[in-house]
Amino acid sequence: MPKLSKEDVLKLARLARLELQPDEISEYIDEINRILNYVEQLKLVDTNAMIPTNQVTGLINVMRSDQIINYGYDPKSLLKNVPKVKDHQIEVKRMVEL
Amino acid sequence: MIKHSWLALDKIADSVRQGSVSAVDLTKKALTLIDDNNDYNTVILKLEDRALELAKEVDRKVKRGQDPGPLAGVPYIAKDNFLVYGGEARAGSKILNGFVPPYQASAVNRLEAAGAICVAKANMDAFAHGGSTENSDFGVVKNPYDKTRVPGGSSGGSAAAVALGLVPFALGTDTGGSIRQPSSYCGVFGLKPTYGLISRSGVIAMGSSLDCIGPITNSAADAALVVDVMAGRDPLDATTIERVKEGYVAKPLNLRGLKIGVVKEYVGDGVADDVKQAFAQTVAKLKKAGADVHEVSLPSTKLALACYYIICPAEVSSNLSRYDGIRYGYHDESSKSLEESYVKTRGQGFGKEAKRRIMIGTFVLSSGYYDAYYKKAMTVRTMLIQEFESAFKTLDFLVGPVAPTVAFKIGEKTKNPLDMYMTDVLTVPANLAGIPAASIPVGYNKQGLPIGFQLMSAMHNDRDLLGLAMSIEGLRS
Repeated sequence: MPKLSKEDVLKLARLARLELQPDEISEYIDEINRILNYVEQLKLVDTNAMIPTNQVTGLINVMRSDQIINYGYDPKSLLKNVPKVKDHQIEVKRMVEL
Repeated sequence: MIKHSWLALDKIADSVRQGSVSAVDLTKKALTLIDDNNDYNTVILKLEDRALELAKEVDRKVKRGQDPGPLAGVPYIAKDNFLVYGGEARAGSKILNGFVPPYQASAVNRLEAAGAICVAKANMDAFAHGGSTENSDFGVVKNPYDKTRVPGGSSGGSAAAVALGLVPFALGTDTGGSIRQPSSYCGVFGLKPTYGLISRSGVIAMGSSLDCIGPITNSAADAALVVDVMAGRDPLDATTIERVKEGYVAKPLNLRGLKIGVVKEYVGDGVADDVKQAFAQTVAKLKKAGADVHEVSLPSTKLALACYYIICPAEVSSNLSRYDGIRYGYHDESSKSLEESYVKTRGQGFGKEAKRRIMIGTFVLSSGYYDAYYKKAMTVRTMLIQEFESAFKTLDFLVGPVAPTVAFKIGEKTKNPLDMYMTDVLTVPANLAGIPAASIPVGYNKQGLPIGFQLMSAMHNDRDLLGLAMSIEGLRS
């Protein structure tokens, strides 16, 4: 039984800021449902006594010394990658209408 | 396939240090080999200028009587998700078109300080999502043993480049098997070290609790040398761990009395006969050499893939949220609003698999489903880790095949994403547990396609794992 409807998939795409082409949508509905059906098997496992694992290193509160380190990143080389630059700043679309 | 063969890495470096071979000549040779073999599509960018500059510096050091380092003049290829000076880093995805890294990966910095020279960037599944390189925006890589087959993935370009002998070693990344599976398909040695042993700084992230960096080489001894250069704490990656005092340049282990567990679930249904046969032959040789081989059961193995395909997309959806087309990479010009520019840039820039994983990850992390999917997977991960820990209380190593089959045909598994995911079924457990694991080429099937043997050990036991890999290489006939 399909879990996610077309509306659900479109909502996920909107939450994830992804534009989907019409032909992609039906494919994704089918594939995502198949994958979710597969991973569903975990629901049958009794994990009550288990603590979730976030990470495997066992490292806790990794600190660095309170010193400024100059890694030598050049602002110019960082800005070179920016699609739109104005006055050494990153230009974006207007966010607030006046 | 006509394979160019390179000497062992220490021998190459020694000849450069002694001045009998120049680093510039080795770099030029690698670049020529890359050009001559471009029909395999292993490389998507050469770093010619920068590589030759570095090679000249190595040669100058030799002339001045300085030591350029343990990898003096050794050319290598880095997977395209490593940030390397001298050219674009795109992780196999067009959404990063035009991105020239303003800094370099720590692993690459350490190799450079040891005299190694990155000559090119290897093709890969976009953002390392895949097991065949068919998800690359730069076209599929051809398997060196059969051009109609995939090289595996996602580090398929790296593995195929080493198999063809374009360079003596390459760097890959392994989140669910992306070093070991292509190494098995291409007949080369691949190591996924203990999680955190090699800094991830400057490597484009996929699943941050799983991602590992490792070498793809012609031998375990070569891999040990490369790991020894890269391993250890890095202030730029807080998840890095201390290196062991003895370093990683191991000696072959004495097999007599070594306690080795054959994981029952790794040789069950779904594993092809030719793979089973090659595996059984190596196990028999280990027994004959005096190893104490037992069968062991890790019942949660069958849950590992489901667990992985929740945790990995969850982390992918988070890591890939940074690609907004504002600060770097592809940018849709037509949009009128900021929101529209995100949606269009990401919709057009990401490939199918990336979008699929982002949406699954968004779903399993969303309120209302988080506990049922993501948290559940994290608890199953704990179960799996506990099973490994309990096995390693009595056993030194665990073994199994690397992948259920040999390299498959191009196009064979692109119709159904789950079919592709299944190729990771025997490699994801090591990533979920963070333990070191290697793929050692041990034979070929009747069609001449290579088959790898997987070796796993407890966390931090990379040195001994490499030692055992050397001994297993010695058993090949």
